[in-house]
Amino acid sequence: MSKVIIIDDEPLARSIVKEYLQKHPELELITECGDGFEGVKAIQQHQPDLIFLDIQMPKINGFEMLELIEQPPNVIFTTAFDEYAIKAFEAHAIDYLLKPFNQERFDKAVAKWMEQQQNNANTSAKTEELLDTASQSPSQSNRVVVKNGSKIKIIPVHDIFYLEAADDYVKIHTQEGYFLKNKTMSHFEQVLDAQQFVRSHRSYIVNVQQITRIDPYEKDNHVAILRSGLKVPVSRGGYGKLKAVLGL
Amino acid sequence: MSVSLFTVRRFLIIFSIAWVVLMADHAILLWSLDWPVELAVIDSLISNILLLLICLLVMNTVRYYVPEFTQYLNILCMCVVLTILWLLLSKWLLGLALNSYEGYAIFLRRSLMVRSSIAFLILGIVTMIGIIWFNWQDQKRSEERKSDAEKLARDAELFKLRQQLQPHFLFNSLNSINALIGSRPEEARKMVQQLSDFLRGTIKKEETQWVSLQEEIQYLELYLEIEKVRFGNRLTPIVTIDPLSLSRKLPALLLQPLVENAIKFGLYDTIGETVIRISTVAKENELEVIVSNPFDPETSSPRQGTGFGLKSVQRRLYLLFDRNDLVITEAKDNIFTTRVTIPQLSEA
Repeated sequence: MSKVIIIDDEPLARSIVKEYLQKHPELELITECGDGFEGVKAIQQHQPDLIFLDIQMPKINGFEMLELIEQPPNVIFTTAFDEYAIKAFEAHAIDYLLKPFNQERFDKAVAKWMEQQQNNANTSAKTEELLDTASQSPSQSNRVVVKNGSKIKIIPVHDIFYLEAADDYVKIHTQEGYFLKNKTMSHFEQVLDAQQFVRSHRSYIVNVQQITRIDPYEKDNHVAILRSGLKVPVSRGGYGKLKAVLGL
Repeated sequence: MSVSLFTVRRFLIIFSIAWVVLMADHAILLWSLDWPVELAVIDSLISNILLLLICLLVMNTVRYYVPEFTQYLNILCMCVVLTILWLLLSKWLLGLALNSYEGYAIFLRRSLMVRSSIAFLILGIVTMIGIIWFNWQDQKRSEERKSDAEKLARDAELFKLRQQLQPHFLFNSLNSINALIGSRPEEARKMVQQLSDFLRGTIKKEETQWVSLQEEIQYLELYLEIEKVRFGNRLTPIVTIDPLSLSRKLPALLLQPLVENAIKFGLYDTIGETVIRISTVAKENELEVIVSNPFDPETSSPRQGTGFGLKSVQRRLYLLFDRNDLVITEAKDNIFTTRVTIPQLSEA
């Protein structure tokens, strides 16, 4: 018996998946959720084997929700997204169902999942790959979603002061202190707008809109002073990049 | 308002050179008539600087009030009056400054006719240049507006097409219908009807057409019904219509993008029940439509509210009325409000 959760903000969209699930007694529907927050909670609580996930949902979208879960379960997307968006993550998703879809198409997706279950014990790596691809789409880059204890925090990118590498994590410094996100610096370098966020140093990415001035600091190095008074190291290479973005 | 001619660098240079030449000419002429050099220079400076000031005054005036080419008489009168003014002023000042030179007072009186003719000529030329420049600017602006309007008509056409087909809306609606077919076939049938009527409405109407508010509200209701089925209890639209406003006119398909914007913004930015308020007020010569939705100030900048939907409404109204103040947005107490004013055309 495999555990399944449906996450979709439209009640009728959930009910059609529920209806199609009736043909699959081996799949047990644990619960259904109307938004990403409920989704995170339910996934942590029930550890499902498979989720049916919508992309456009209130507050945080399907991708952002997955980012908040340490070991994301297998995902079948159910979405009205057009094919362009789909193509980006086509390679990594178990399957995606374009709304509206019929029982036959649904059965196919479930069969595909079962097949992969048997062949490959570790499919969650796939979901992580999928996330990396999906979060590179430009629409994702105007905010960052982080988990702060049990709370979920949405940080608009213009509120970010700077990012700092910290082992396997990245510290996101804001007005309210910093938040940790389990990602790499190069991930953020790719996702964030390069005209606004500059890798000033191997371990720092700075929001140029926050910089009030750049002072020399020791030999060959500089330091960027932010509006909040914080200081961010700038290496020689980083100084060149900053100058290019600031048009100096 | 037009850009001043003096912001054009080339004109400024030519204008300055012309004035220097004029002054030098004036001084050399006097000097060649055997007047001392200092007298020639002072005379030239006083008369020509005064003339320059009057020319600047004229240029500045035509900037705000551009007479038509056909109003020759007005322009002529203005030049004559200003020339006389200049003549009196320069005569008085020159007298004050230079009457100590022997014979100058007589010379001044005799040369008044020549001086005023030249001043009149120069003033006339400057005025003509000013009028031509500002007329040309006006024409350029109206041409720009026209080509903008044409471009927007094309964009609106495209937007309309996208609206009609709106993949998200359409596919999600079809998905809802699909779900209803199994459980509640009667409702599915109703929704098919509503969706068809809605789509037909979008195709049938011309963007340039004016319709009554009553018609527009009927169309909006169709849209709201569909969205209510899709989002279930989460979406509560409250429509308050001032009965006086029902006969008021507005450009077709103006309200639906506004409401769609509010629904998207409201539903995807908050969790739980979303109340969308739509109200209309009939004012003197105006129709006001107010749409409001909840939002979360912590996670969204109010800029997000001005999506494509709002912008297109703003542009359309600008092109129709040449006014930028018809769409006003306000974010307060977690409520985002859009206020749209539609002036009522008197002939309509």
